Amino acid sequence: MADRPDIPATPDLPRAPRRADGTAAPAGAGGPASGARRRFINGVAGAAGGACLMALGVGLYSRQARALPAQALRPPGALAEADFLAACVRCGLCVRDCPYDTLKLAPLGDANGVGASGTPYFTARQVPCEMCEDIPCVKACPTGALDHGLTDINQARMGLAALVDHESCLNFLGLRCDVCYRVCPVIDQAITLEKMHNPRSDRHAMLLPTVHSDHCTGCGKCEKSCVLPEAAIKVMPVALAKGKLPSHYRKGWEEKEKAGGSLIGDQVQLPARGVDAPPVSPAPAGDLPAAPSHPVVPSAPPGLGGER
Amino acid sequence: MAATMPPGTPSAAPARMARPGLESVRVRGWLAAHKWLLLRRIVQLSILALFLAGPWFGVWLVKGNLTSSLTLGVLPLTDPYALLQSLAAGHWPYKTALIGAAIVLAFYLLAGGRVFCGWVCPVNLVTDAAAWSRRRLGLKTGKTPAEATRRWLLGATLVASALSGGIAWEWVNPVSFFHRSLFFGWGLGWLALAAVFAYDLTASRGWCGHLCPMGAFYSLLGKTALVRVTAPARSRCNDCMDCFAVCPEPQVIRPALKGSGSPVILASDCTTCGRCVDVCAQDVFRLSHRFDQRSMS
Repeated sequence: MADRPDIPATPDLPRAPRRADGTAAPAGAGGPASGARRRFINGVAGAAGGACLMALGVGLYSRQARALPAQALRPPGALAEADFLAACVRCGLCVRDCPYDTLKLAPLGDANGVGASGTPYFTARQVPCEMCEDIPCVKACPTGALDHGLTDINQARMGLAALVDHESCLNFLGLRCDVCYRVCPVIDQAITLEKMHNPRSDRHAMLLPTVHSDHCTGCGKCEKSCVLPEAAIKVMPVALAKGKLPSHYRKGWEEKEKAGGSLIGDQVQLPARGVDAPPVSPAPAGDLPAAPSHPVVPSAPPGLGGER
Repeated sequence: MAATMPPGTPSAAPARMARPGLESVRVRGWLAAHKWLLLRRIVQLSILALFLAGPWFGVWLVKGNLTSSLTLGVLPLTDPYALLQSLAAGHWPYKTALIGAAIVLAFYLLAGGRVFCGWVCPVNLVTDAAAWSRRRLGLKTGKTPAEATRRWLLGATLVASALSGGIAWEWVNPVSFFHRSLFFGWGLGWLALAAVFAYDLTASRGWCGHLCPMGAFYSLLGKTALVRVTAPARSRCNDCMDCFAVCPEPQVIRPALKGSGSPVILASDCTTCGRCVDVCAQDVFRLSHRFDQRSMS
């Protein structure tokens, strides 16, 4: 087909009979059989090679495009990203059944940079998830890209909030904004206010919004309602927001509690320098100063899911 | 046949090729010469309208898109090709999707797999427009890849799905882009359609006939099709070649029209578009069923 580009308009017309003639008549030098075989092999190799090249291109493109940007969150119940991309057929049924128009299907060349064109996502700062109790988006999914095993929306893990900017968060500045805390659907569990001494004024408290990963569903209401022009608290895919301790780490205080006492016997208490508190001269043996009584540096609040 | 190949004088041939079916319009009237084309357009646009009634007018008869949909809240339909890639990628889908795919498979096994291409697929509107433009503008066809490329690509997309762990063809599928863009927001989705149009302008039936692995997949479902085009009056054929000129898969016509066996076009690549029925001034073709062996002599 490709070897006769000179045929006008519809190439298929004159070709059929000529091909029949060509194969019937002895074809010049090589003989009919070898010519036909060569053409056949050429054709197959061309088709197979072309197809493989295209598929390779598709594969590489999908590899490159599959990364989800930090601000795009998957619907509740979404499988882990790699499994999700194997399961989601991009039909948009979850989008259709979302009563709050939270979910969107990423169009090609999405402004939010969602590479996985056609897959559902939402952006917390625009429209957060309202955490419907009946989770209609999950029920709508025909393939299981959204896991129907999720029946309690509080168990959803669409993302994880992180107070990323301690420099502009009003509570970190010593004000009482608290908006992210108050709007949190899992208030006092997913976000708590941790009381800290304010070292700047030296006479006030700071109530630091603190996210706990074991309760945060990643709905995005905190980010949506942050009063700053650019949110100080942001909800990101869990993989981006969550750190991980090395598996061999043991927390001494937890081990101590488990064992019902110190594992290595009584400890000598050395005076802590820089602590203005009256000297605790005869400290009861084996009793460490409780963590919250330390003056805490604002840039090191209780960590995500860490101790409160 | 070879002797009567170029109908008319050499200078008349290009004009004729630019507007196949003119003779049929003259002999049978415009409406009769466009019957199946009109019906097909009505079906194609109705399907789009059903999907659009929800997002545009709030009438939710059908939700979703061609890849997977829910009609009237009860009937799930899922594209078996997309689901096959999902399986290859290692995901076992829920029953809803499997039932949806089974219904679609059963329908196309009966109707003919590539009925999807001719009557349902929205990209057919684009490639038909390109083919029409190409004929009218008298563009020569460029290099088209081998017709078998689409079948290799079908296999390659399944392999790519398995290797990449994702539904590979959905990253580029202009069919899905068309529906998703129209129902969920355009983005750059129109670029995919523009690319298909541009490609088909240069390569005769390049996309649907040579590359689209979705068409190749549905072609596999065409071996048992009940609805088929047949050429009962093939003895009346005057070799005007209009049917070959309009046919999206011209190779399927020959055995039925020029052979001595069954007059039924049994090739699974036939999209049952019925355009050959329309453009034949000699009224050679009929849309019938595969067991219709009638042959007027």
